[in-house]
Amino acid sequence: MIYIELFLAFLQIGAFSFGGGYAAMPLIQAQVIDKYGWLTVSDFTDLITISQMTPGPIAINSATFVGNQIAGIPGALVATLGCILPSCIFVTALAWLYSKYRNLIMLQGILESLRPAVVAMIAAAGITILLPAFFLNSQIQLKSFQIRPVLYFLVSLILLRKWKLNPIIVMVLCGLIEVLWCLFCQ
Amino acid sequence: MNVKKLWKIFLSTLYLSTFTFGGGYVIVTLLKNKFVDKLHWIDEEEMLDLVAIAQSSPGAIAVNGAIVVGYKLAGIMGVIVAILGAIIPPFCIITVISYFYVAFKSNMIIQSLLSGMTAGVGAVIVSVVYDMGRGIVKSKDWIFILIMFGSFIANYVFNINVVYIILIVAVIGAIRTIYYIHRKAKKHDLY
Repeated sequence: MIYIELFLAFLQIGAFSFGGGYAAMPLIQAQVIDKYGWLTVSDFTDLITISQMTPGPIAINSATFVGNQIAGIPGALVATLGCILPSCIFVTALAWLYSKYRNLIMLQGILESLRPAVVAMIAAAGITILLPAFFLNSQIQLKSFQIRPVLYFLVSLILLRKWKLNPIIVMVLCGLIEVLWCLFCQ
Repeated sequence: MNVKKLWKIFLSTLYLSTFTFGGGYVIVTLLKNKFVDKLHWIDEEEMLDLVAIAQSSPGAIAVNGAIVVGYKLAGIMGVIVAILGAIIPPFCIITVISYFYVAFKSNMIIQSLLSGMTAGVGAVIVSVVYDMGRGIVKSKDWIFILIMFGSFIANYVFNINVVYIILIVAVIGAIRTIYYIHRKAKKHDLY
């Protein structure tokens, strides 16, 4: 049953993405690409790009997107519901506990230790996105090396780190330059 | 139940969720702005703890933030309207996009736009990882540094399921916290 699979996959994504934002990325990758093959790496990268450009969290956006692609609006509803259900239960329970005891030491201790793991897994997911962009067909050889994406990447890093430019602007710039290149140089 | 209050919670989260670009941390700040500074429905200190709960729970921070505020203001009914407000905007936007995506994808211009943007997204992710990773290395806490490199190797090199890594690290974190609480209690006894 596709609805049950969608629900369970996004239930796991919702339940184990600690730290918000990009933290959901490795989990989405594990379920949606590696386990079920609902999206290709290239679709997933587009999805991350779209998530950056629109309001709304990456996890919710992917649930809606994947659900729609796989099983239409009902699929999107089921996936999104699965994605937010753990939050509803966990957060409401914690808010209730907090209103009773007003003490969060254990919780914050665990969260503190999770942060380095989350960083590491975001890094791993980032490499998964960048390798196919830098090397044709993800083959790490000199002849499949792509010069333009690497240039965009390096210039973007400088714009982000040195000039502190807004990430959305940096991404749109990269996109527009590639469009211009394709229109006029090919 | 106060319908007017519920309506206000719904409209606030709907509005914030539609117009907030830049992720969960931004939306949490705006929630505080709205409910603490403007409406005075929650006091500042309690809001800080509510934000901590939203950030330490699994899931999207924007959704979690809406849940804590909804719960605090109007209990379970508040949670339901707050979630609806937070979910409806991204749901509608992405549904529309996903229907155009297949047509979009075959368009040369959109294709090169998205492929150019991939390099930019990669740079954004690298930049985020650098900032977060630097904070952890700077903390000079060897357990954290070990967790960071260990998780990377486990995930990227050995392909170990992300869920298992999180569960194991959570257990390490719990043990570490218990240890610190005990040590603190012992120190307290000495003086």
